[in-house]
Amino acid sequence: MRIRLEPRGQQSALWAYGSPVLAVILTLIVAAVIFALLGKNPGHSLYTYFIAPLVNATARPELLVKATPLVLIGVGLSLGFRANVWNIGAEGQYTLGAIAGGGLALWLHDSESHLLLPAMVIAGVLGGMAWAAIPALLRTRFNANEILTSLMLTYVAQQLLIYLVVGPWKDPEGYGFPQSRLFQEAATLPILVPGTRIHLGVLFALLAVGLGWLVLSKSAIGFQLKVIGLAPRAARYAGFKEPRLIWLSLLLGGGLAGLAGLIEVASTVGQLTTQISPGYGFTAIIVAFLGRLNPVGVLFAGLILALSYLGGEVAQIELAMPSAVTGIFQGILLFFLLACDLLILYRVKIEWREAVGARP
Amino acid sequence: MGDERLAGRATAPGGAPPRLQLTGIVKQFPGCLANDHVDLAVQPGEIHALLGENGAGKSTLVKIVYGILRPDAGEIRWQGEPVRIANPGFARKLGIGVVFQHFSLFEGLTAAENIALGINDAAARRGLKARIAEVSATYGLAIEPDRAVHDLSVGERQRIEIVRCLIQNPQLLIMDEPTSVLTPQEIDRLFTILRRLAAEGRSILYISHKLEEIAALCQHATILRQGRVVAEADPQRESAARLAELMIGSELKSLKHGAAQNGAAAPRLVVQHLSLASTQRFGTDLKDVSFSVAGGEILGIGGVAGNGQTELMSALIGETLCERAEAIAIDGNPVGKLGPELRRRRGAAFVPEERNGHGAVGEMTLSENGYLSAHHRLNLVRHGLIDAAAAVRFARRVIEGFDVRTSGTAAKARSLSGGNLQKFIVGRELLQAPGVLVINQPTWGVDAGAAAAIHQALLDLVGSGTAVLIISQDLDEIFAICNRIAVINHGRLSAARPVDAVTLQEIGLLMGAVQNQAGKDADDAHPA
Repeated sequence: MRIRLEPRGQQSALWAYGSPVLAVILTLIVAAVIFALLGKNPGHSLYTYFIAPLVNATARPELLVKATPLVLIGVGLSLGFRANVWNIGAEGQYTLGAIAGGGLALWLHDSESHLLLPAMVIAGVLGGMAWAAIPALLRTRFNANEILTSLMLTYVAQQLLIYLVVGPWKDPEGYGFPQSRLFQEAATLPILVPGTRIHLGVLFALLAVGLGWLVLSKSAIGFQLKVIGLAPRAARYAGFKEPRLIWLSLLLGGGLAGLAGLIEVASTVGQLTTQISPGYGFTAIIVAFLGRLNPVGVLFAGLILALSYLGGEVAQIELAMPSAVTGIFQGILLFFLLACDLLILYRVKIEWREAVGARP
Repeated sequence: MGDERLAGRATAPGGAPPRLQLTGIVKQFPGCLANDHVDLAVQPGEIHALLGENGAGKSTLVKIVYGILRPDAGEIRWQGEPVRIANPGFARKLGIGVVFQHFSLFEGLTAAENIALGINDAAARRGLKARIAEVSATYGLAIEPDRAVHDLSVGERQRIEIVRCLIQNPQLLIMDEPTSVLTPQEIDRLFTILRRLAAEGRSILYISHKLEEIAALCQHATILRQGRVVAEADPQRESAARLAELMIGSELKSLKHGAAQNGAAAPRLVVQHLSLASTQRFGTDLKDVSFSVAGGEILGIGGVAGNGQTELMSALIGETLCERAEAIAIDGNPVGKLGPELRRRRGAAFVPEERNGHGAVGEMTLSENGYLSAHHRLNLVRHGLIDAAAAVRFARRVIEGFDVRTSGTAAKARSLSGGNLQKFIVGRELLQAPGVLVINQPTWGVDAGAAAAIHQALLDLVGSGTAVLIISQDLDEIFAICNRIAVINHGRLSAARPVDAVTLQEIGLLMGAVQNQAGKDADDAHPA
């Protein structure tokens, strides 16, 4: 028997959407195996991990809260990935957004102005953009690979944050903990649904999905991004300017990541600490691909990955599992997604009879 | 005319089995039956033509014989014995060699190194240089084993490929469209070599769609159309017109030229002293290229591939910008430093050689591909958003006006055949009513019907006062529709001359001018 991959000759529309579904199913199967190997009841564990957070009325709103940064970053990355601009450093841009916007709140910690929050939002966006501008400059000026530069800058950003919260921005009344003072009321995003943690940022995420969809499927700029990703020579032929599109992709991705970072520290976290992200910037890469680089798809993918975070928390409490399972499941999901995407361009053919070596 | 399929000749007159016999070969690709019960018999010592248009299934058949593809059904017999050819290595062991249309040489390696790579047997690699020298001396295949391939002309590269085959002493040599990249003189030399090989009893399967060549070279022709054998013929007895009819399946319409050209028309596209370094490794730099094209005139630029055509096209489109704005002028406006969009706004339109990935985006729909180059002149953007309805209407006009066979404006460009996509791209540019049209390889890989339609459309366009520049490696095409011809060679362009005042031989000499000097000594040593 031989298993062979045969080119389809064109993209399969069915598998473009079937692949993420199959990847999720395969991830669940492997998750069950891992649970069983850890000596847990797979059925109960899967329920606890993936279903319980959806059934529990207090946990459900948390899904939106967790999905918000993932969706915001995921939309930005999708636009860039369409143009083959591989911004892997959204985590760093997220961190810089939090530093810039949060820094403004700390600087004006006496202010009760209504303008403070909008100013923080702008600062957050600009912070993320500034961080993404470095790889953009290096790529367009020196042809330096943005995958490496944006990733390396992530670690710089994290060190910068640590320096700030253990150093100059440390809460003077914080007993030496590595964290800033808590943001005042005027520097915190308002809660939209009383009794939950659903905050204004959720609306930002939905708005980003809507605008992202409009840009990608209706606008001239979105068309240019798609063409440069699919056929760079055709883009040059049409006269689309590659450096401009690289800048645009990175600034958009960085700006949205910065916004996500600001939203996160100005809502659920409420201060700057060393722990402002459970890896949202990296997980958003999975979100972007699982959502087929389509802003609407990113919304659903963001919810699925948010569930993996929530399930991970529940599993820690109820199943006494290590927090690393979240990362493991996210990794397995990306692994299967990339594997299943092969089916978009290839079909699997199983040949039962042996290819006979011929007589000369 | 019908699908008269003559029975494949089972044996040669002498009674020996055919060297290669295919019976009922079927190969199905997704959405396309590439070979539909193909029968073919090649006799020892025969030069056998496999004739057919692009897409008729010739290349698929070669890949099956060479073990790259496996047939879905059918039988292959080698010297009368049924065989299953599992891979190219096995095909070579049988004694089958192929010179493909697109060479498989490593540019950074020398000729000898490239030849060594094709030999799997370590023992056979010893003493290779002596064998190379021997083979090239015997057949007059002048090659220099120690020169890196990127320095060599296309003709020399082809000779390396042939030597690489011959060194393994094949009994069947398959030549896939070998002359499409050669000058007329190089073609003559190739034919001499092929005749000598046949005289030694080797069989040659010669794949082409050029009828004159087949009449000059081959004793027998098998004609494929849409994957099926439609006829077997003796090309030396059938008329070229009859062969063309069999190959195409219908009669070709003759071209209608417009009114006599007005020699005094003002130049619309002027290129002056254009020198440009290639952006590609192993590319060709443009050296002091000057020409002008007047309204109502077609200028053809001939030349062997890789002599600067790609670079010239890229400079004219504006993908590579010139150092001086005056190097290129459209209707008197210097545009050398402007990008493609601004040149289009000044009335230029372009059709690049590559359809998928350059002139069109394969994964996008026809309406999106219409928008790709036409959005500026047709104002298809409103407030940053694409006027999708207008883009669809434009694509429909192109499809209807240029007889593009497709399921509609939502079809992906990749789903169209080469000829249909080319008609779409040409139509897209023509419907923008350009003042200057630059078109590279207008009918490359396009079926004869579509090629005739494209040629007629270009002639009609010129009739309306547009200046048209055609870059083509097909001299027949240039002589059929152009008013003047210039030849590009090593990045230099010859002076343009009226097509009725030059001969094919003169053009051939211009095409090979420099490379023949370089290879002259070696060639003289082994006169063909």
